[in-house]
Amino acid sequence: MSKLLVSPSPHIHSKVSTKSLMLDVVIALIPAVICSVVFYGWQELLVLGVSVASCVLLEWAITKYMLKQPSTIGDWSAVITGILLALNVPYTTPWWVIFIGAVVAIGVAKMTFGGLGQNIWNPALVGRVFLLVSFPTYMTTWSQPQGLFGVDAVSGPTPLGAIQEGLLQGASVQDLTAAYNYKDLLFANLGGSAGEVCALALLAGFVYLCCRKVIKPWITLSIFATVALTSCIFWSVDPTRFTDPVFNLLTGGLILGACFMATDYVTSPMSLWGGVVFGVGIGFLTMMIRYFGSYPEGVSFAILIMNSVVPLLNMWFKQKKFGRK
Amino acid sequence: MSKHTFSIGGVHPHDSKISRECAIQPLPIAPTVYISVAQHIGAPSVPCVAVGDKVKVGQVIAQPGGFVGAFIHSSVSGTVKSIAPRADLAGRPSTHIEIAVEGDEWLEDIDRSETLVTVIPEDPKAIIEKIRLGGVVGLGGATFPTHVKLSPPPGSKCERVIINGCECEPYLTSDFRTLLEKGEQVVVGAALLQKAMGGVPCTIAIEENKPEAIAHIREVIAKLGYKDMDVMVMKMMYPQGGEKQLIDAVMHRQVGSGALPISVGAVVQNVATALAVYDAVQKNKPIIDNSVTVTGECFPQQANLLVRVGTPLQYIIDFLGGVPEDAAKVISGGPMMGRAVANLQAATVKGTGALLFLTEKQTRRAPESNCIRCGKCADACPMGLEPFLLNKLSKAKDWDACEANAAQDCIECGCCLYSCPAQIPLLDNIRVGKGAVLGAIRARAAAAKAAAEAAKK
Repeated sequence: MSKLLVSPSPHIHSKVSTKSLMLDVVIALIPAVICSVVFYGWQELLVLGVSVASCVLLEWAITKYMLKQPSTIGDWSAVITGILLALNVPYTTPWWVIFIGAVVAIGVAKMTFGGLGQNIWNPALVGRVFLLVSFPTYMTTWSQPQGLFGVDAVSGPTPLGAIQEGLLQGASVQDLTAAYNYKDLLFANLGGSAGEVCALALLAGFVYLCCRKVIKPWITLSIFATVALTSCIFWSVDPTRFTDPVFNLLTGGLILGACFMATDYVTSPMSLWGGVVFGVGIGFLTMMIRYFGSYPEGVSFAILIMNSVVPLLNMWFKQKKFGRK
Repeated sequence: MSKHTFSIGGVHPHDSKISRECAIQPLPIAPTVYISVAQHIGAPSVPCVAVGDKVKVGQVIAQPGGFVGAFIHSSVSGTVKSIAPRADLAGRPSTHIEIAVEGDEWLEDIDRSETLVTVIPEDPKAIIEKIRLGGVVGLGGATFPTHVKLSPPPGSKCERVIINGCECEPYLTSDFRTLLEKGEQVVVGAALLQKAMGGVPCTIAIEENKPEAIAHIREVIAKLGYKDMDVMVMKMMYPQGGEKQLIDAVMHRQVGSGALPISVGAVVQNVATALAVYDAVQKNKPIIDNSVTVTGECFPQQANLLVRVGTPLQYIIDFLGGVPEDAAKVISGGPMMGRAVANLQAATVKGTGALLFLTEKQTRRAPESNCIRCGKCADACPMGLEPFLLNKLSKAKDWDACEANAAQDCIECGCCLYSCPAQIPLLDNIRVGKGAVLGAIRARAAAAKAAAEAAKK
């Protein structure tokens, strides 16, 4: 001891840091990543690699050469954006399309606003939606999973896409959903972007995050509850036109969005009730887009729309202060 | 066994009670002690001895400087060497009475025997007066004069006395050892407080990580046959020992912003204070010493010491083998709310409860990074505030917004900064805002008072 440190209390700190929280999210995504690679094969690995590498490199380059600030890639948040972006696109997406997605996600949606914590919209979703409207062909040609060493990719629409197509041709929802086995949806046997394919792997990650107290379950649960309730009402009114609740819960990236995108700290409300309202909004908007919109699925749009009202939700829903009305 | 805790926020630091097995042992008296005249909240006391005077242990050496004030007694016998400003543990000068120790001669009317006196005086006023004469102040940290707390303003009524044995700060064990070793005295002290408040019921709140103390105090209460006194087992949660939090946990009542505990019918006293009350009332012994936990992983010899008030910190540390090489910070108090010591020559005061040594690794703050809006600070805040917001408002010097968002309610427990993953110095900034808001509130009150008086004329 040469000199005494003198600083205000508290003198100790919990072991939780931004980096440890982000690492927990990465760990929570591992089951879904493994599943998607097993189901889609080496091509999915390439998508993941390109996406993560582009996101991390872009953030590093932007902080170093444009902002001239210390690099922030050490907090691992760019890795999460990379993984989420990869899980949100078909495994057949060309590498350069993914790179453009990363530029939009990291460059536009995140760093322009000031980096981690400053962005209004979830970066991976902004990247994904940008690709969806710019490269609809790549983004909506889904292939049936072929397994790790599969060769022939069979192109086909996602379950939700197929149903919208079918409805336009005058078929009834019951006939269309009859083609899908809910067990397959749970265990990933259908076309879709990588992250949509294995509900159980995603839910395992969600449970991990809740157990580690990284996130609280209320946002996710209120999305699930709202989707179930809304589709229940519509489905019971007209089962020939509207899909049923279980089908809606298991398809269209709802689980990925509800567990990993809507729960993003930066772009979700802080208080419990703010989070519940946020979740209800996402669930309701998702169902409205699915039933009445021109896109077959609406989770991404719903989350981005609700991201925009988070500052208001933070203002309206505050927790009760001690000893005050 | 149901466990109780407060309703909002709180954190779970590791309790690190590594000195829990160390029995309280008396520290040899230092050759010179320095007794501060500003050891409590309120007006500093006024010295009533002169340089060259001979004093005995227990003799009054400073008188209260106002109603909110306390007597200060000599903790040693010897000669007054000087009455002069001396640096306190933060390095700020305040008046100290320096006494060169000669022997250990106590005033005759102090009962130094070990006999437990269980006869409770009939007159509450007499109890409170003895507490006042004994210089008793709250030893849980705030050092608020106890007799003031026991004299509620007209119109308010005490419904329950709570004895705070939570000791929710990590590392601290002096209250735990006091409960184990001086349990009878603490319980009688609690009974005295009950009597002083008009025979109201009493709850002794102890956290679940002290099962021996819980069992022992229950035994003592049964043995002494007190009917209106019980032990409440509390869940481990910081800051349970915060006065407002403890009242919420025990009585399910929330003290309003800026209000006193008595407004919801509660009087809270710490375990060490209850012991001091026993000593003052039953034994005529004023506060001349207190238990100090000396601890830290890097400190070779954990200890709970009975230290005379005014002992230089350096003397305590040297007695236990000196400051360890790898210690970077010495803290007076616990790691969450204690104060970093800048001056090891400073002397202990009545409220000194612990000396904690932390290494640089244990106490280092990582560089601040961006707020990720995780809301962990708001979840942790036991007052239901939004530290992330108050942090921004304080930095922007927007005092009106700070007040609207209740910066003045902050109890400075440190939960927000402790739990912030981005290591933002939330509490450091909020303290600034809180100070400004409290200043504005005081100024408004003073202006309103002046206006009312002007209207009267």
